[in-house]
Amino acid sequence: MDFSKEKSKFYNNLTKTIRRHIVKMTNHAGSGHPGGSLSATELMSVLFFEHMNVDPNNPDWQERDCFFLSKGHCTPVFYSVLAEKGFFPVEELMTFRDVDGRLHGHPCGEHIPGVDISSGSLGQGLSVANGVGLIAKLDGSNRRSYCMIGDGELQEGQVWEAAMTTAHYNLDNVCAIIDWNKIQLDDFVENVKGVKNLGDKFRAFGWHVVEIDGHDINAVNEAYKEAKRTKGKPTAILAHTVKGKGVSFMEDTHDWHGMAPNDEQLEIALKELA
Amino acid sequence: MANQEAPRKGFADALIRLGEKHDNLVVLDADCAKSNMTNLYKNRFPERFFNIGISECDLVGTAAGMAVAGKVPFANAYANFLTGRAFDQMRISVCYSNNNVKIVGHNAGTSAAQEGATHLPLEDISLMRSLPRMTVIVPADAIEMEKAVEAAYYHDGPIYLRVGKLPVPIVTKKEEPFKIGKAIKYREGSDITIISTGIMLDESLKAVGELEKQGVSAELLHIHTIKPIDKEAIIASAAKTKHVITVEEHSIIGGLGSAVAEVLSESQPAKLRRIGTNDRFGVSGKMDELLDFFELRAHRIVSTANELLGHRVTS
Repeated sequence: MDFSKEKSKFYNNLTKTIRRHIVKMTNHAGSGHPGGSLSATELMSVLFFEHMNVDPNNPDWQERDCFFLSKGHCTPVFYSVLAEKGFFPVEELMTFRDVDGRLHGHPCGEHIPGVDISSGSLGQGLSVANGVGLIAKLDGSNRRSYCMIGDGELQEGQVWEAAMTTAHYNLDNVCAIIDWNKIQLDDFVENVKGVKNLGDKFRAFGWHVVEIDGHDINAVNEAYKEAKRTKGKPTAILAHTVKGKGVSFMEDTHDWHGMAPNDEQLEIALKELA
Repeated sequence: MANQEAPRKGFADALIRLGEKHDNLVVLDADCAKSNMTNLYKNRFPERFFNIGISECDLVGTAAGMAVAGKVPFANAYANFLTGRAFDQMRISVCYSNNNVKIVGHNAGTSAAQEGATHLPLEDISLMRSLPRMTVIVPADAIEMEKAVEAAYYHDGPIYLRVGKLPVPIVTKKEEPFKIGKAIKYREGSDITIISTGIMLDESLKAVGELEKQGVSAELLHIHTIKPIDKEAIIASAAKTKHVITVEEHSIIGGLGSAVAEVLSESQPAKLRRIGTNDRFGVSGKMDELLDFFELRAHRIVSTANELLGHRVTS
């Protein structure tokens, strides 16, 4: 079922706000990863505001759902969503990558409320998500474990080691979200080392697959619901997205994988995101 | 001949004892449960044992997730594959994330024996010692192993525990206290300090006895915790004897020898010789044959001591 008019408006505003944070934070730092943050904005927003069972005032609450950002470089969107959700003050976003701040380039699990593990070395998140999933089963807990993975990141072998584990243990409490924006640092994924037929790959590994437009908030919401409903096997949400989504000159290019907008570019971006 | 026991047996026994007391202890293995004796834990607590398959990186990452979920996981695999392949997972998902994961490297040192060079972990201590927050423990025998496992469980933070497969002489005693980071002085001496780790305590004890016969008073420090290392004990002994020999069943690069050299050169310069494997791979052979092959034997400690002391020794 689609979101109500009110909810749609809320997400329209929220995702714009988050995208503005992303370009402002990277501009502030003079570095960072806007491209893959902008592509994951709807996926992250709907997950944290609609589905994740977390308490920003008690981030270490043992029964919480866990989220692991395996594509750890996309801190601009992660920190923005956490701040908007109330894990730490929104003003703190403008300390992004500052030497005396805690919002490091890649997330540090120890210091940032809402960050369940440190990441930044690609390929590690799904194994960690499985660890939570296995223990939830052992303890008879309903908590869920989410992991966001980049499509380029799927070139890391550990992802597939982990994908075998998730399916082998029938971890239906684990949900992998693939931000399938088709672009990695150097080039289009298909030009570097292609990951096509991704649905077939995950199905062959024993996963339930949902393929969606990752910028359609209703589709994103339904995908998370379907993942929760799916019993006996894990769900992979393959979300077709556009790298740099929402900022015209950042869209669909690897140039903005790891580059920050200068002041002039920021101004243009903010106008587009007004 | 002294009583012998496989360190892995001490490991398995201690793990089960702890498992009986603590519901939050979970055990993972990478398809080596029979060899690592974690199958004993599996038989006792099947629901708290997880075979993650032949995938060390996934093993360590999964253990990290279990720690996030509040458990105390012991992640087991062969030491070289575990520390070599899953180093990055230990670095990011375990140590940097400060997750309470116990990493257990099996088949350690020469106990991989006839498997040959691919399976002989001679660099694992070096790798693990370089990781911030990692505590590195290398017990001497099955008795000390049991104490180490217990201490590892109660320690809040990442630990690397090195476990040998084959029977080795029991040289430590049940009643000796074991404290992470605290060296144990096995002999008082005044001419030279021998510092051993792991199963080399046995050969070092023999060497001390032989040296005594030759009129050399050797002090013997057993270092079961290579990191954090007991600086005070090393400095105090070196200040007294001025001559130090380290003995380890591991490369002299990055292991005990390096750790002691760092302490001495910064705080208490002394003449130093490092006995271990010399920047080389292993070969296939029975464990005894390998200890001979690498000259990890009392006679080499004795001859090294004589060489180091030079003029003071009569042959």
